[in-house]
Amino acid sequence: MKELRYPFSEEAVRALRAGEIVRIFGRVFTGRDRLHKHLAEGGACPVALRDGALYHCGPVVVPQGDGWRVVAAGPTTSAREEPYMAEVIARHGVRLIIGKGGMGAATQAACVRHGCVYLQAVGGAAALLAQRIRRVDGVHFLEAFGATEALWQLEVESFEAVVGIDTHGRNLFDEVKASSGKVLQQLLETGPGAGR
Amino acid sequence: MPLENEMNWTDTLAELIRRTTSDLPADVEDALRVAADAEPANSQAALLLQALVANTCLARRQETPLCQDTGTLTFFWRVPRGTDTQALEQAASEATARATREGLLRRNTIETLSGGSVDSNVAEGCPVNHFEQADTESVEVWLMQKGGGSENMSAQFSLPDEELGAGRDLEGVRKCLLHAVWRAQGFGCAPGVLGVCIGSDRAEGFLVAKRQLLRPLGDAAPEPELAALERRVLEEANRLGIGPMGMGGKTTLLGVKIAARSRLPASYFVTVAYLCWACRRRGVRVTGGVAEWLG
Repeated sequence: MKELRYPFSEEAVRALRAGEIVRIFGRVFTGRDRLHKHLAEGGACPVALRDGALYHCGPVVVPQGDGWRVVAAGPTTSAREEPYMAEVIARHGVRLIIGKGGMGAATQAACVRHGCVYLQAVGGAAALLAQRIRRVDGVHFLEAFGATEALWQLEVESFEAVVGIDTHGRNLFDEVKASSGKVLQQLLETGPGAGR
Repeated sequence: MPLENEMNWTDTLAELIRRTTSDLPADVEDALRVAADAEPANSQAALLLQALVANTCLARRQETPLCQDTGTLTFFWRVPRGTDTQALEQAASEATARATREGLLRRNTIETLSGGSVDSNVAEGCPVNHFEQADTESVEVWLMQKGGGSENMSAQFSLPDEELGAGRDLEGVRKCLLHAVWRAQGFGCAPGVLGVCIGSDRAEGFLVAKRQLLRPLGDAAPEPELAALERRVLEEANRLGIGPMGMGGKTTLLGVKIAARSRLPASYFVTVAYLCWACRRRGVRVTGGVAEWLG
């Protein structure tokens, strides 16, 4: 198991291979649909994403003292950000994308080109992952996007994920889709063949 | 005194939300444990499934949401004839707002035209209530919290479907269901559960399909041919190898629940409600002011 610490270097990211389990330490930003659209359209980013991690997540947060506490924070479906992701990686130099379900060809190409990896967190494991968040260090776009879509700056410790897309051209999700597609074809061809 | 006034329904429904959002029904948790044990030790699939079980135990202990997408809240009510359903709807809205303030629900509602957040989670048609009146002395309500990632994977087919080679019979239905599972891959947080309606119209089809998700994983459709189809699709879908989160593995589905409804001669819909592993469904039955927790 590899440990990754913020700021994430291109060298460390390019050394990762699909299927490896990693643990992340340090700063992580959340961002989902609203933020990606905003950034891909050239909108200003209030934080430096360079050498950083962008987590596809809309957390459950509750006020605590002057700040916030994250109660639940699992990943959201990354595929919705596919139209924007490559542009965000290129423009902002993000090194780690964390989400669930995998991403497509444009993101994969951007990962290879710019030195970025896609990490799968455990979908739905919101309580478990929230435990890895040590504190909330800030929030942006809270008014404009709402709490769920806002950009949260988190400090994480030992946040576990699996490398799904690496910089060497492997995309585990595409591999599973292709192999399951072959099984599907066989299953569709079996049976009484009604409708043929 | 009408039954609905015999107790504080806002308190009862807030408690129902707390139980639903922070814990899985025992049958689902058991199924995840069985699935974890079926994978090779230390495989990625086993580790992912073990994490889902650990997450469930943690959320239950902490009384916090087990998934951050606390979902669409749908209340399925069965009430005595003549019940004041508006009062119950009001209580459901108040309970939803309270649970949101307490961090049991995410601020999960967007005003579609403005894009603004509806921080209370209460809006027109939100939460959703479905009422059925019956000859009963109890009020029974089941809550389902279904997340958006899984809802996005729900699908509707109109048979015949030439591309799938699916005709207007159960063999055609089987093809639709397998295709829907394949298309969903890990996007809907596999391993999932399929709720299915064969027939009906498009709108009612989705409601009937979603209702099937309230059935326990271990039951079978009363019609033998549907029960056989449920078993077959479950077995075949788990041969696809999509696995937990779409990263490969033996368990892609935890259950398949199918119902059939009458249809127009011109229409043959197959409607699929895809539910993620975080299958949050719980109920309460209130008789004479006494609550019995279900699920």
